[in-house]
Amino acid sequence: MKINYLSPEFEVIRNEDRCIKCRLCVKQCANGVYTYDENKQTIVIDETNCVNCQRCVALCPTRALKVRKNDCGLRENGNWSENTIREIFKQAGSGGILLSSMGNPEKYPVYWDKILINASQVTNPSIDPLREPMETRVFLGKKPPSMVRKEDGSIDCSLPPQLKLDVPVMFAAMSYGSVSYNVHKSLAKAAQVLGTYYNSGEGGLHEDFYCYGENTVVQVASGRFGVHKNYLEAGAAIEIKMGQGAKPGIGGHLPGVKVGPDVSRTRMIPEGTDAISPAPHHDIYSIEDLRQLVISLKEATGYKKPIIVKVAAVHNIAAIASGIARSGADIIAIDGFRGGTGAAPTRIRDNVGIPIELALASVDRQLRDEGIRTNVSLIAGGSIRSSADVIKAIALGADACYIGTAALIALGCHLCRSCQKGKCNWGIATQVPELVERLDPEVGYQRLVNLITAWKREIKEMMGGMGINSIEALRGNRLMLRGVGLTQKELDILGIKHAGE
Amino acid sequence: MMNTINASGADSTEINQRLSQEDGEFFIEGCLGQRFLGAGMGSGKHIRISGIPGNALGAYLNGAEIETQGNAQDAVGDTMNAGRIIIHGNVGDTAGYAMRGGKIFIRGNAGYRTGVHMKEYQRHIPVIVIGGRAGSFLGEYQAGGLIIVLGLHDDGKPIVGGFPCTGMYGGKVFLRGDASHVSFPPQVTLRPAEQGDMDEISGHLNDYCRVFGLDSARILASPFTVITPNSKNPYKQMYVTN
Repeated sequence: MKINYLSPEFEVIRNEDRCIKCRLCVKQCANGVYTYDENKQTIVIDETNCVNCQRCVALCPTRALKVRKNDCGLRENGNWSENTIREIFKQAGSGGILLSSMGNPEKYPVYWDKILINASQVTNPSIDPLREPMETRVFLGKKPPSMVRKEDGSIDCSLPPQLKLDVPVMFAAMSYGSVSYNVHKSLAKAAQVLGTYYNSGEGGLHEDFYCYGENTVVQVASGRFGVHKNYLEAGAAIEIKMGQGAKPGIGGHLPGVKVGPDVSRTRMIPEGTDAISPAPHHDIYSIEDLRQLVISLKEATGYKKPIIVKVAAVHNIAAIASGIARSGADIIAIDGFRGGTGAAPTRIRDNVGIPIELALASVDRQLRDEGIRTNVSLIAGGSIRSSADVIKAIALGADACYIGTAALIALGCHLCRSCQKGKCNWGIATQVPELVERLDPEVGYQRLVNLITAWKREIKEMMGGMGINSIEALRGNRLMLRGVGLTQKELDILGIKHAGE
Repeated sequence: MMNTINASGADSTEINQRLSQEDGEFFIEGCLGQRFLGAGMGSGKHIRISGIPGNALGAYLNGAEIETQGNAQDAVGDTMNAGRIIIHGNVGDTAGYAMRGGKIFIRGNAGYRTGVHMKEYQRHIPVIVIGGRAGSFLGEYQAGGLIIVLGLHDDGKPIVGGFPCTGMYGGKVFLRGDASHVSFPPQVTLRPAEQGDMDEISGHLNDYCRVFGLDSARILASPFTVITPNSKNPYKQMYVTN
């Protein structure tokens, strides 16, 4: 039956003159695109399973390979895109829910790209970060709304537990299972060097990484994988995962094939068993129930660690965040609809949730309007792509940002969006030992340190340009932002003026 | 030495602080809804409670033993890791949520969603024994461990409410007596317990009967029904890679 036939999405072009038949491509491609025909002594190419991850292209010693979009496609149609037809074919052939990975790739507006940052000219001086001190350190946690003096008149300096970040960027939750051991090692080590935090994700914490505990946020999700007293004690903070930007409203299924001996030990489930995180926490149906989980975690850890509640950015996010801010949580992490994932149903990834820019701005405003902004710190995530996005997020009210996809790209991810297949040629979203070892954590951590160090420099330069020498003075400082090409409604939600105003 | 803690007027945190200061025997008297008692506490503590503890009794319990003379409320033994919780009365909803080790013995009835997402790993096998009946959604998403319902209640209600074992993909549920009147989802299988199954639970039932002064021979004499999942990979066929 060839009813479903479509020519492969990508085409591999091999330059016969350059190819030295070293067969590196055959070894490197876990998707089986290349085979070597001993009889004909040539490399045979079948692009059926090519995902355009560029691994072969990058490693070919003579640059003999090129992968490009296959132009042998269907007749063009403004309504029925080839992708749509491809998806119908897949579902008609299988009866399955379409499963994708990484963040929403569809053409929704990217508000970051419609927001511009201010700079000082004439009337107030800009600051040169190369000569003058610039503060990028932030503390996340509940802050007292006003200064309190003790009976003897001295200032009461006691504070609820805080996370100290030398740079307002943290690595977002990516579970061991969805990503490899070497990814976790790279993130953990980089977080330690950078004075920030990485996040265990919901798959427990590998025994080798307990030593990075001071720079680790441990996650508690509905599946409660690997959650026990030592795990809760190990992290600097505990994050309750209520939702994820890539798949708001649904849980997660780590397929049994990814649950090998090591993942099994970390998640504390038998090898080969699916790891299912139900859509809701079945003990949380209200803010009061959430409060119970928050306080129970605090009771179990002696009120020494801030509790983060992570939610996906959805329509009523401002009201939801207001509830969370009253639940006893110290920090709210909001994940926008472009946030990445190791696997999510395509329809949910591409159609559910709202942009982080709008969610963040409305949450910050709601909390300020209600006078409870100091109850919590805000972390914004869900496609923070550069230091400029960080600056804009902070000016829209974030205390810090989570980066996931950007961190993976630093580790070699080429965004082929095929994590769900578990055969990541770059050794990131896989548990296959020979693929995992392709990512050297020593190289990986250094690249992450480089990335964040570079962002930190850029953040300082942009701050200096605005005449701001402390990142705290930028938080919620919407006067530093202007919109371009936005409607009045969008500007109102963001709380910013249009460029020229 | 027995440490007596008078709970009247004390909040959860104060009581927990007292409990965490030292190991040994504790008696909490006059308990009135204080939540999170014993949260995360390790072995070496035996905590007896008179009165009614609040929600999340023994959450994340890590080896301690808790015994309450009356009823307990919701979320008993939430994400419990090790230890034992003994309830002489009834419990509310979600007892043993995501529990991965230790035992919860309930003399009376249990509310909704008991044993949701219980899981096991190697020798860590959690056990819940309910003397009376269980509410709806028993063992939902169960991924491991043993849930045993004895049906010793006498109010004439069914041994388990609606939708038991929905989404179950590991572990076993035992219902004492005939369960053919109960409606189960298609992804689980019911069968009469065989000798091997009974060997798996008889030790736990003997413990249970010893604790509550019940006649284990009489309880074990009735036939049991075992419910097991058909697959440990229930959603494998549900997706197509896009």
